[in-house]
Amino acid sequence: MKLLLPETVRDALAHMAGRDGVTTPIAGGTDLLVHWPVRLGERDRTYVDLWQLQELKPLRWTADALILGGLTTYWDVIRDRRAGDEFPLLVAAARQVGAIQIQARGTWAGNIVNASPAADGVPALMAYGAVVVLESQRGTEEVPLDGFYTGYKDMRRRPDQLIVAVRIPRRRYSYQTFAKVGSRRAQSIAKVGLAVTQSDDGWRVVAASMAPTIRRCPAIERLLQQGAVLRDSDDLLPAIARDVSPIDDVRSTAEYRRRVMARVLYDELRETCGWR
Amino acid sequence: MSTVQVVFTLNGAAVSLDLDPAERLLDTLRYRLGLTGTKEGCGEGECGACTVYLDGLPVNSCLVPTYQVRGARVESVEAIAAERLGPFLAQGATQCGACTPGVVMTALWIGAHPELLETHTIRELMAGNLCRCTGYDGIVDAVSTALGHGEPPV
Repeated sequence: MKLLLPETVRDALAHMAGRDGVTTPIAGGTDLLVHWPVRLGERDRTYVDLWQLQELKPLRWTADALILGGLTTYWDVIRDRRAGDEFPLLVAAARQVGAIQIQARGTWAGNIVNASPAADGVPALMAYGAVVVLESQRGTEEVPLDGFYTGYKDMRRRPDQLIVAVRIPRRRYSYQTFAKVGSRRAQSIAKVGLAVTQSDDGWRVVAASMAPTIRRCPAIERLLQQGAVLRDSDDLLPAIARDVSPIDDVRSTAEYRRRVMARVLYDELRETCGWR
Repeated sequence: MSTVQVVFTLNGAAVSLDLDPAERLLDTLRYRLGLTGTKEGCGEGECGACTVYLDGLPVNSCLVPTYQVRGARVESVEAIAAERLGPFLAQGATQCGACTPGVVMTALWIGAHPELLETHTIRELMAGNLCRCTGYDGIVDAVSTALGHGEPPV
């Protein structure tokens, strides 16, 4: 492997601009280091280390947004009291990512670019309308997270672009919930993940492990927007069929995922929506 | 680039190494520096047997490329005084011993930060250390006992 050690974001962007070929940015390494020494086929990769870039570490609050730096970790958010008050789903999701050993190193931006369909952090960010801030030598580009993914592990990020921040608009939420179903309570990968919010901006329903990417569920959002009255969880299945396309894999089956998504959503929402 | 120079503080002493950028902190500790207290369990960040402190926070050393600890402070289980293990022995927190070095690191970190228990349970904070022997009750009891002492981990 080839390793580049920039000391500033500017230098990192120069490395990523192409003179070294396509590079892989590395932050806390919690995804890239899994089986790292035995990935011999990938040892000709060029890595751009980000871990020393202090300018990307802190999270900060502005009048209208919470801005996570490109290197802000799950633990940074868990320990921020204001985040717990204003964006409880971020804290709930972060606490579900591995345990302290992973939370101390894993970054929100890394969760986004790793692009796992089963990510925990991404659904919470998407339910809050987060915007991905990409930087390159050609300038800054902002992409709403709910339009960021274009297919399995495909996203609107060019190889020369780095996520330098994730901006989460501050809104008043009248309802918010995060739910994850895995094979055990702690340290599991989601079989079904859900993040749901309601604000002046309307409903956002985000599903994980239900499609090739984390995605919003427009048919379910429409049902909620219209105030549809449901009698049991099966009433959600037609909308679920339109919104997501789960598969059978090592962690679960498509059928189980659809049913669990329906039941969890129904149970979470019944009181708020006045369903039975 | 063939090697990278890494200068850091390990268990209170300065260390300077030239190493392959692909080397993991776990391997640096065990095979380069002979500190075999830190164990490799799963090698993929699941079991916590390789837990060390990086700038004061527990991390899985199997997931840390050593070059990233440049300028950082690392503490391994060798930094823990033997008498700190009393609660673990007394409460049945250890059996086969494979998980114990990692368990001790996370447990003493909790002990040093009792404020974490305002928001977290001991079980949640210990969730990153898998133990296939004890059923966890002994570990939780030992952490509770160690908390009573409130000493810093190292």
